[in-house]
Amino acid sequence: MATILQYLVYGLQLGSVYALLALGYTMVYGIVGMINTAHGDFLMIGALGTFFIAKLFENFHVDGTYPMLIVGLIILIAMVITGGIAVGVEAIAYRPLRNKPRMIALITAVGVSMFLENFPRALPFIGPNPRPFPTLFINRTFRVLGASITSTQVIMIVLAALTMVALDRFVAKTKIGGQMRAVSMDKDAANLMGINVNKVISITFFIGGALAAVSGICYASAYPQVEVYMGSWLGNMSFVAAVLGGIGDIRGAMLGGFILGIAQIFATAINSTFGYAVGFIILIIILLVKPAGIMGKLTIEKV
Amino acid sequence: MKKCLLLLKKFGPLLGSILFYALIMFLRREKILNGYYMQVLMFAGVNVMMTVSLNLVNGFTGQFCIGHAGFMSLGAYGSAVITTLLFKGTEFAAAAPIAVFLLGLLCGGIAAALVGVLIGVPSLKLKGDYLAIVTLAFGEIVRALLRLIQPIGGARGMIGIPNYANFGWIMFFVVLTLWLVRNLIYSPFGRAFIAIRDNEIAADAMGINTTRYKILSFCIAAFIAGVAGGLYAHVLSFIQPDSFSFTKSSDFLVYLYAGGSGSLTGSVIGAVLLTILPEMLRFLADWRLVLYALILVCVMLYRSEGLCGGKEVPFLRIKRESLYQEPLFGRRRASSEHEEGGQA
Repeated sequence: MATILQYLVYGLQLGSVYALLALGYTMVYGIVGMINTAHGDFLMIGALGTFFIAKLFENFHVDGTYPMLIVGLIILIAMVITGGIAVGVEAIAYRPLRNKPRMIALITAVGVSMFLENFPRALPFIGPNPRPFPTLFINRTFRVLGASITSTQVIMIVLAALTMVALDRFVAKTKIGGQMRAVSMDKDAANLMGINVNKVISITFFIGGALAAVSGICYASAYPQVEVYMGSWLGNMSFVAAVLGGIGDIRGAMLGGFILGIAQIFATAINSTFGYAVGFIILIIILLVKPAGIMGKLTIEKV
Repeated sequence: MKKCLLLLKKFGPLLGSILFYALIMFLRREKILNGYYMQVLMFAGVNVMMTVSLNLVNGFTGQFCIGHAGFMSLGAYGSAVITTLLFKGTEFAAAAPIAVFLLGLLCGGIAAALVGVLIGVPSLKLKGDYLAIVTLAFGEIVRALLRLIQPIGGARGMIGIPNYANFGWIMFFVVLTLWLVRNLIYSPFGRAFIAIRDNEIAADAMGINTTRYKILSFCIAAFIAGVAGGLYAHVLSFIQPDSFSFTKSSDFLVYLYAGGSGSLTGSVIGAVLLTILPEMLRFLADWRLVLYALILVCVMLYRSEGLCGGKEVPFLRIKRESLYQEPLFGRRRASSEHEEGGQA
């Protein structure tokens, strides 16, 4: 019982990383209709950025950690920077290809991902070596029903959940959220209705990048190491999570992320290689049963 | 005279490839090309085969396969099991290494093709990106399974694979692949593939069994990829599951789309150029892959149809009229066959 609870907490922790990243995938897919393979690298930029921003705030360092307010500030700056980079990537690399076949955008995204990984690697002050991630959250261990839960885990899961609820409300209630939904339904019609499509897409990329930064901070707090290639396989897994939930659907991405995280932790307990493959096996089974994912709606092709 | 020209046209490419092979061999003997260059050239050949087979699925049939390295790994392991685990050190292998090598390649190809059918089946239900993600998942599952099977080395990989494949074999298989795929594309089968790519619903309405042709396309491409994987294993004489990851698959996608999908010339040029380019950029050290990525993004931005998008060099293209011409050898085909070709 205690072991199961322990695994469940680990699963939720990993799931929240996947879910936050999958949100970015799914939003970009829903609105632009492209698979942004470079999205995982936004996570890396977020984590790496946090590392350097935390260095800037070194003066506020109190007994191994930072005051709450400073931590909030660090996270906010990292989110803004990563979001800004995401917007820049979209404007430079993806916007000119918007009306081209989707595979072209995918290949460009592969190129962008390669650039985002290797550019910091080539920079002398970053380099290829992994770095220890600073402790942002107070680390205390609680004992609940025999399982040990750290405060970092609690903060991560709560932070992820809050972000997701906020995003869901944002898309459902605000004016920009409405515009996003309109663009995802029909880009041309939305344009005719006076919606600035470019602006909406930029905002989508900004939010996606900011969420990726949060998930990067979460991931790096749990496994305190940052390096330039950390984003690529996390990106792949959260893409799987997004498809699992039904790509293009925000709640589906959250659900997919948590399912994948929990399944992966439980499977890893059996065998580490199996843990890696289990996500893909679940994905194939679900797609064979429900081809549009758990929450996705199947569109009927009209002739 | 006219017959002479036609003969030249028919056998010119073959002659050209033999001359190219002789040139490379000459340069090798004169020590202008060292072993490292030869290996790069051999990998370029393997990549050409992979890209051409991917082109068959993505470029000509319009399906999305983004896990092509999975087929390659199946072929590599399938052939390595035959040549290394079954026959290594046996008298038969010593007496007829070529037979063992070819048997290995064939088995690798068949293993990949069988799995290709398995992957082709879900493509009936799934379209576009969902199919793409299933092929990605397939590639990763194959990799995970290979890591789990201990007799073939598990995660450590297989070592001591005899290096049967030399430049001549690679060249032979590349030419064979190009010849077969070209003929396939201009056959009724190929027309059906292209029809499915251009409009699946219309192709279905025209009476093309889209299901059958999609599976066939996957199956043939998987076979070629399997053979290419077998060659790869016998060039490097070491394989491990992690060298066939998603990164490898995306390499082939990059070769295909940078070269121009739907064009065999593009596949050859894309694969050869982009295999050699990173090696040529080695003097840049850490900045090598940054520049490579920039070049790739610029190619896609300014020439998004690929380097030779939709264009073919003459010998990789069969003109429509030539299907109706008097054949060089043998008898003229019955006219009903022409109509079939036209319809498909």
